[in-house]
This record gives sequence, structure tokens and C-alpha cells, in this order.
Amino acid sequence: MSSSPSLNTWSDALSGFSIGWFPLGLVIVAVIPLVFIALYALTYGVYGERKISAFMQDRLGPMEVGFWGILQTLADILKLLQKEDIVPTVADKFLFVIGPGILFVGSFLAFAVLPFGPAFIGADLNVGLFYAVGIVAIEVVGILAAGWGSNNKWALYGAIRSVAQIVSYEIPASIALLCAAMLAGTLSMQQITMMQAGPGGFLHWFLFTNPIAWLPFLIYFISSLAETNRAPFDIPEAESELVAGYFTEYSGMKFAVIFLAEYGSMFMVSAIISIAFLGGWTSPLPNIGGLELNTMTSGPVWGAFWIIMKGFFFIFVQMWLRWTLPRLRVDQLMYLCWKVLTPFSLVAFVLTAIWVINH
Amino acid sequence: MSEYFSNIKTSATTIATGMAITLKHFFNAVKRKGDAGIDDADYFRQVDGLCTLQYPKEAIPTPTHGRYRLYVNIDDCIGCMQCERACPVECITIETIKVTNDDLAVCGKTSGGQQKRMWVPRFDIDTAKCMTCGICVSVCPTDCLYHTPVADFSEFDVKNMLYHFGNLSKIEAEAKKKKLAEQQAQAAKEKAAAGGVAKPGAPAAKPAPKPAPPAGGQAGAATVANTVSGIDF
Repeated sequence: MSSSPSLNTWSDALSGFSIGWFPLGLVIVAVIPLVFIALYALTYGVYGERKISAFMQDRLGPMEVGFWGILQTLADILKLLQKEDIVPTVADKFLFVIGPGILFVGSFLAFAVLPFGPAFIGADLNVGLFYAVGIVAIEVVGILAAGWGSNNKWALYGAIRSVAQIVSYEIPASIALLCAAMLAGTLSMQQITMMQAGPGGFLHWFLFTNPIAWLPFLIYFISSLAETNRAPFDIPEAESELVAGYFTEYSGMKFAVIFLAEYGSMFMVSAIISIAFLGGWTSPLPNIGGLELNTMTSGPVWGAFWIIMKGFFFIFVQMWLRWTLPRLRVDQLMYLCWKVLTPFSLVAFVLTAIWVINH
Repeated sequence: MSEYFSNIKTSATTIATGMAITLKHFFNAVKRKGDAGIDDADYFRQVDGLCTLQYPKEAIPTPTHGRYRLYVNIDDCIGCMQCERACPVECITIETIKVTNDDLAVCGKTSGGQQKRMWVPRFDIDTAKCMTCGICVSVCPTDCLYHTPVADFSEFDVKNMLYHFGNLSKIEAEAKKKKLAEQQAQAAKEKAAAGGVAKPGAPAAKPAPKPAPPAGGQAGAATVANTVSGIDF
């Protein structure tokens, strides 16, 4: 499916590797994003968020475990591992157990089409972007299973709110991503990224080549906050109202899996917005005359670095927003989605279409 | 319709303002708020930077004239027991032994130059009871009892809240008590002898006090010794 011969060389080589009948290479391809999610959630996701939130609130954050509290997350994980895995007696045991699994699988499946650099992608589907938008909807099933299976009012309320919110915000998010797909003329993640590559670095990104792209960019960013249940759209888990929302009843490793799924989808939406509007794994540095910064900072390893850095930047913005804005009310949430984001995304869609036709 | 757009505009500007504020705080996190005390003129002006104080490791300095933990400079204590009497919650317990004449030089003087006439083998302050009212401090004639700026003196065992400030060890205290008793007995004997020679008019009254001092002294010494050994010095 890849057009350029240099694309996907590493993942193609890996997927061809097998020991006897066992496709070890394919397993490794799947394991790499999994290990990445675990490591990033452990370091930047939890420790970074706690530190960033602390600094924004003039606090110090975790300081006791290790130098500047660097081992705090490890201590928390050890604690979670030792905790009793409680399943409430009146819970729907099947749904309760399978909920976190579906949730994590939903966010992890989208990693299959995220290109980690020009040489590595789980599956370079020609409908990659569409697949990513569609597969994330599985998360809704997981959330509903967890909330309903808990047999808990808070959990059920959290789940209902979450489902309503995610289903609503998928519309502006999808229309915004459609603008990017129109600009690229393809749905393949690698092809969308390739369209934005060039010696000019960031000048080739859709956000800067297109005069309207900032609108779908903003709309997708806002919608992605809602889809990942991040503040100010965190009404599904609103601590002050619903204890912990749909995972109120969860403890131990199931709780950890839900958290991992949340951090996984945080990176996933950040990576998608980077690919759709900010050039994915392409280097932001332009070639200036003889100083070929862009050529120097391109390649498989640099590509992985850039996509991860862009993802981390958007995760930082998510955290930044979380510690700035208060939570929206349910009616405000729906107002924003149906009366502001959806009409504006349609306007952006039409304007982008006109722009694409005229170029 | 104009309200619709003005709402969007307000949202955008307020979000931008809010994010600018949080970002400013984020970048100010390289600074600490500083430890300017309440006396500092700039105390309310230091608004930038982290304000967390990692308490056991760092603390705001307590004012030097605040009423915190009591301390007895026992070298200056003359054993007048005024503090014990003044204490409204009876958290001070003092025992004294009179200094014999030959020990006056050993016992020494206070820093104010006053001759001390009492050994103070026991000067206990039960800090758990103390309410830091400071009355004991105000009545102390030699200013040997005063508040220190130590504000955190929590203990895991409440027994450790009993502070001992005596200036004699158990053995020393017993020795001094014995010495005093002997000397008093000696003095009484001499007095009795002198009285017997000079004033034969009161022999009936004499026998009573005469055996009393040794007996009383012994008994007293024994009880005090018990009390003293009961206290954990």
C-alpha cells in the first residue's frame, strides 16, 4: 500500500519476520506502541501531569519518592498491584470485568494506524484516518459496559454522560478531520504526512499552507478534549459530583488499565491532530540556504522523535487547559457541540472545499 | 445572532486570558516564593513562584518573641517555686533541697549575681499540659524560665512531653539530702545541747523535736528518694 519505497521499511521488515509458524515480528510491531503507551503514561502522563498541574498552581507536586519525586509513579503502580481486585457483589460481573479491557483495546487499536516515523507504522491502511476515527467509538462500549456493570448510580451517570458526549463530539471532530483529508486527498496516515513533508519544514504543514486550516484544527482540538473526557469536558468523571464517574467501583489493576486507556487515547488524539494539521513525523525545521536543517533532522529516528514531541506538546496543552478552565455544565457542553462546533465545522468544510477546488 | 457571536468572542478572550495566567504561573515555577517573614515590608508583594513549604525540611521562622516551648536555664534557677504556684494548669513540678552552708560556693550564683540557696533536683514541665500562657515567665524573678522559638515538639509517646530540667542527678540529690539531714540533725543536737545548758526551763518541749529531725529526715529522705527514683531522669 505504500507508494514510496523508503516508507514503512522497518515495520514491513518486522512483520515479515517469524519463527516457524509464529509471527513474532507482528507481535513486536504491536508491542512497540504498547510499551510506548506504558512508558509514556508512567513518566509524562502521570508524573508529568502531576508536576505540571502543581507548577501551574504554585505547588511543588510529588517530592518525596526519589529525586524530585521521580519514582512516585512507580510507587503508585506497586501500590495498585498489591491492591485487592474488588468486584462488587451486585455488579454485572461479565460487563464489569470486560469494560476496562474494551476501553483499552479501543484506544490501543487506533495506534495501529499512527505512523511513528517514516519507517514504522502498524498498518498503513488506505483508510487510516477513517479507521482511527471509527475504531475509537469502541471506547464508548467499554465506558458503557463499565458504568452499567458497576451497578452504581455515579458510575451509570458518568457512563451516560460520557457516551452522550463522545457520540456528539464525534461529529465536529470527524468533519474537521475531513477538511484535512480533503487537503491531502487521501485517508492514509503516511500519505497525509508525506503531503506535508518538504524542505521548508513547518511551512508545508496544512496549518500554515491553508488559510482556513486553523478553524478545523481548533475544532478538532476542542472535540478531541471532549472525546478523551479531558477537562473542561470531564463531566463523565466529574470528581466533585460523581466521585470518579464510570470507574468509581474499580480498584487495583482494572483501575490502572482504565487510566492507561485514558492516557493512550490522550496521545492518540494528539498524534492524530499532529498528523492531520502539523505534518506528523516531518521535521519543523526548514532548510535555510546551505544550512539543511530539515534534511539533517529527517529520517526514521528523527521522525519518531518529532511525532512523539508533537504529541507531547498537545498533551501539554490538554493539561494546560485542564488546570485553567472549570468544568462545563451538561447543557453548555451540548450547546458548544451542536450550536457552535458543528456549524463552524460545516463552514470550515465548505471553505476548505472551495480552497481545494481553486488550487 | 450578535449575542451568539459575542458569546464566542467572550469565550475565546477569557480562555486566552486564563491560559496566559496559568502559563505565567507555570513558568514562575522555577522561583520559590521566598521566606520573607511577616515583618518584611515586601511580605505581601512576593506573589510569584512556588509557595509550597516542605514542612519538616523547611519551615517559616517563628517570631523570636512568640510564646512557644518553655525552657528553663536551670543554672539561674533559685528554686523559689513562684512559677509552680503561678501555673494555672499545674504543669510545673519543682522539688528543692536547701543548700548547706559549706556547699554555697559549689552551688554558685545566678548570672545576675544572686547567691543560690536551693538545689533543684527536680524541675519538670509537662509540655503536654502547658498552654503557653506565659504567667510563669512573668513571675520568674531571675528570668531563667522563658519561651523559645521552637514550635514543633511533637512526640510519639506522651511521656516524652514531660521535660526534666533538674540540676542534680539522682545520686547527687540523695547525697545532698543526706548531708542536709545530717547537718540539720547536728544543728538541732547542738541547739538542744546549748539550749539545755542555757535554758533549762524548757526541757519538756525539747525531746519532741530532738528525735524528730533524724526520724523525719530519714523518712523524708526515703520518700524523696522513692519519688526521685520514680522519675526518669
